[in-house]
Amino acid sequence: MCGIAGIFNLSSAEPVREPLLQQMITRLNHRGPDGTGFYTDNHVGLAHARLSIIDLEGGKQPIHNEDKTIWVIFNGEIFNYIELREELERRGHRFYTHSDTEVIVHAYEEYGDDFAQQFNGQFAIALWDSNKKRLVLLRDRVGIAPLFYTQQNGRLLFASEVKAILPALAHSPTLNAQALDQLMTFWSPVSPETLFKNVYEVSPGFMLIVEHGEMTSRRYWDWQFPVSQDEYFSASEQQLADELHDLLISATQIRLRSDVPVGAYLSGGLDSSVLVSLIHHYGNVPLRTFSIRFEEGEFDEGNYQNELIQHLGADHSRVHCANQDIGNAFQKTIWHTESTVMRTAPVPMGILSGHVRSQNYKVVLTGEGADEVLGGYDLFKEAKIRQFWAKYPDSEFRPLLLKKLYPYLDLSKGRGMTYIKSFFGAGLDQADAAWFSHIPRWNTTAKCKEFFAESLKAQLSNDAIATIEKSLPRVISRWHPFNRAQYLEAKSLMGGYLLCSQGDRMLLSNSVEGRFPFLDHRVIEFANRVHPKLKMKVLNEKYLLKKAMGKYLPPSIVNRYKQPYRAPDIPAFFMDNKPLEYVSELLGESALRDSGYFDAAKVPRLLKKIEQGRAIGYKDNMALVGILSTQIWHNHFIKNFNKNFKSGG
Amino acid sequence: MSIEQKVRDYILDNYLFTDDQSALSNEDSFLNKGIIDSTGIMEVIFFLEEQFGIQVQDEEMVPENLDSVKNITSYIQRKQAAG
Repeated sequence: MCGIAGIFNLSSAEPVREPLLQQMITRLNHRGPDGTGFYTDNHVGLAHARLSIIDLEGGKQPIHNEDKTIWVIFNGEIFNYIELREELERRGHRFYTHSDTEVIVHAYEEYGDDFAQQFNGQFAIALWDSNKKRLVLLRDRVGIAPLFYTQQNGRLLFASEVKAILPALAHSPTLNAQALDQLMTFWSPVSPETLFKNVYEVSPGFMLIVEHGEMTSRRYWDWQFPVSQDEYFSASEQQLADELHDLLISATQIRLRSDVPVGAYLSGGLDSSVLVSLIHHYGNVPLRTFSIRFEEGEFDEGNYQNELIQHLGADHSRVHCANQDIGNAFQKTIWHTESTVMRTAPVPMGILSGHVRSQNYKVVLTGEGADEVLGGYDLFKEAKIRQFWAKYPDSEFRPLLLKKLYPYLDLSKGRGMTYIKSFFGAGLDQADAAWFSHIPRWNTTAKCKEFFAESLKAQLSNDAIATIEKSLPRVISRWHPFNRAQYLEAKSLMGGYLLCSQGDRMLLSNSVEGRFPFLDHRVIEFANRVHPKLKMKVLNEKYLLKKAMGKYLPPSIVNRYKQPYRAPDIPAFFMDNKPLEYVSELLGESALRDSGYFDAAKVPRLLKKIEQGRAIGYKDNMALVGILSTQIWHNHFIKNFNKNFKSGG
Repeated sequence: MSIEQKVRDYILDNYLFTDDQSALSNEDSFLNKGIIDSTGIMEVIFFLEEQFGIQVQDEEMVPENLDSVKNITSYIQRKQAAG
């Protein structure tokens, strides 16, 4: 991956100057420390910070076509570039490098705006067609590579991270209250919103075409699910498992294409174990794996990691993460996420990528996406049980199935049952709603909004759920409820949090590129036509994946209880029951009044409750992390805007 | 301080994060108003056991006993009377 930044004159006549581009791209040095490149003319300026992975000598960007009329800057990988290049050469295109970037300009010449369909990869692309005076901004199908934009004084400003846009702004940005409201409901803003007012992302699967002073947004890909029974695959379970097996081999193999060594993350869960086994059996590269260990047993998966390493004989290294490490790294983490986060889970991922880089690796494969694509989340099971329960809401027996899912819940007669039922039973009367699966989670997260300051509440004109509803395709009501839950999960938590705050931003904070075989669009398109009953057989998650790949793994890993990846939250910010200094400062009355987002009387009480050991619920945990991260965000990007972005970098 | 006031103060301080007595009526349902969720109720039980020296039995964990300041107050009074 790399970093890109640029300026396009929509109506401004002022030529784009390189020093400003230089200031912008400098902010992305962590994404691309191996060199920078620029292109400017009277209409556009393009800047690129390179992390060199393919064609180390010749892949310097911007890259152009034969007659230098089409220019591109690109962050990401086109994994099928070898096949695409062969096809384009057959059609008469001449190449001057061996990089994957160069196929982009020729594919654009050959296929026009349909060029995006040709790519199997992860990408954020800015392509300048100087003949047509046309700029195309393009983002991959699921949102692995980030791309943001805003408009100011007749100019379009765009970059891989918002921090590269800020030096070009005349004034400090402000908080997008609506996005904060969404973040504190869904864990992510509803695309294309960001936490910065008037700054948007190019949504996953979209291209933005800028021409004749106008911008048009066009969707070129989306998750599609069957609307009738006969659109699901009718092949046997075994045939489908075999097909998935072959697809995953191919998806992994093309993601090992690189001119630098490639490693893999190993959590000890099913997905990363499948991936590491695929590399071992089909990769034809040395098996190098990395994992994270926690001091608290509740979060640690070391035993499973060791078991697989012994099974496969990988060259493995691990980094240990103490509670204190998380508290200490949190401010830096928010510099990279550029967004509120509701949990500390991104922090250890940043620590892990730092370890990878220290071992001289800059590319890792990871198992992200398998849960969304192949049906792994507890939330899907929970929704299935709630759907079953919603048919007979008075049933005493049906909600008892929740115990299968959450064994720690005590569902014996009386004990808390009414309260558990009230939590999971929320919205039983909305079983047909597209977001039925997500009601309990969204309700819990939204409790954090009780801490909003009155002045912030006054800015909220649109209900978060109504906004996400508007963003959903109409056809969703015709999809199977399981598929609806998959879509929502892919569009909210995965696209807006897992792949960015916890993914790209943490990887690239240490100049490491992540690659995601389970998010190969061929795998997604295949899996979307597999009937939900084969994804989750009764309550056995990722059933087809286990059937396809179980033979490579120790049975204990295939059959293990799924442990969601989590990291310590509250304990990371307290030492001897006292908050860390910066926590105390940022959650104190003065800082709260300064930013104005949260109730300056309520938040210190939350802190006191935690100090006294009285906070044990999810709500307090999420509220603390959500409020603290927003306060840090304010400090980095609003309060210190001049110092951080207007002082020449 | 009365049982009712102690319970009120606890709920206001720990769940509504305010001193404003008008933020909560004695009849407000904690469940319906979203004041306390399924994990929150465990905190309330810890508080009641510690503060009033009672033991909340499994079969007593029902809204009739725990879902409002009023319900808790009469529940505690009954428990204390039963000694």
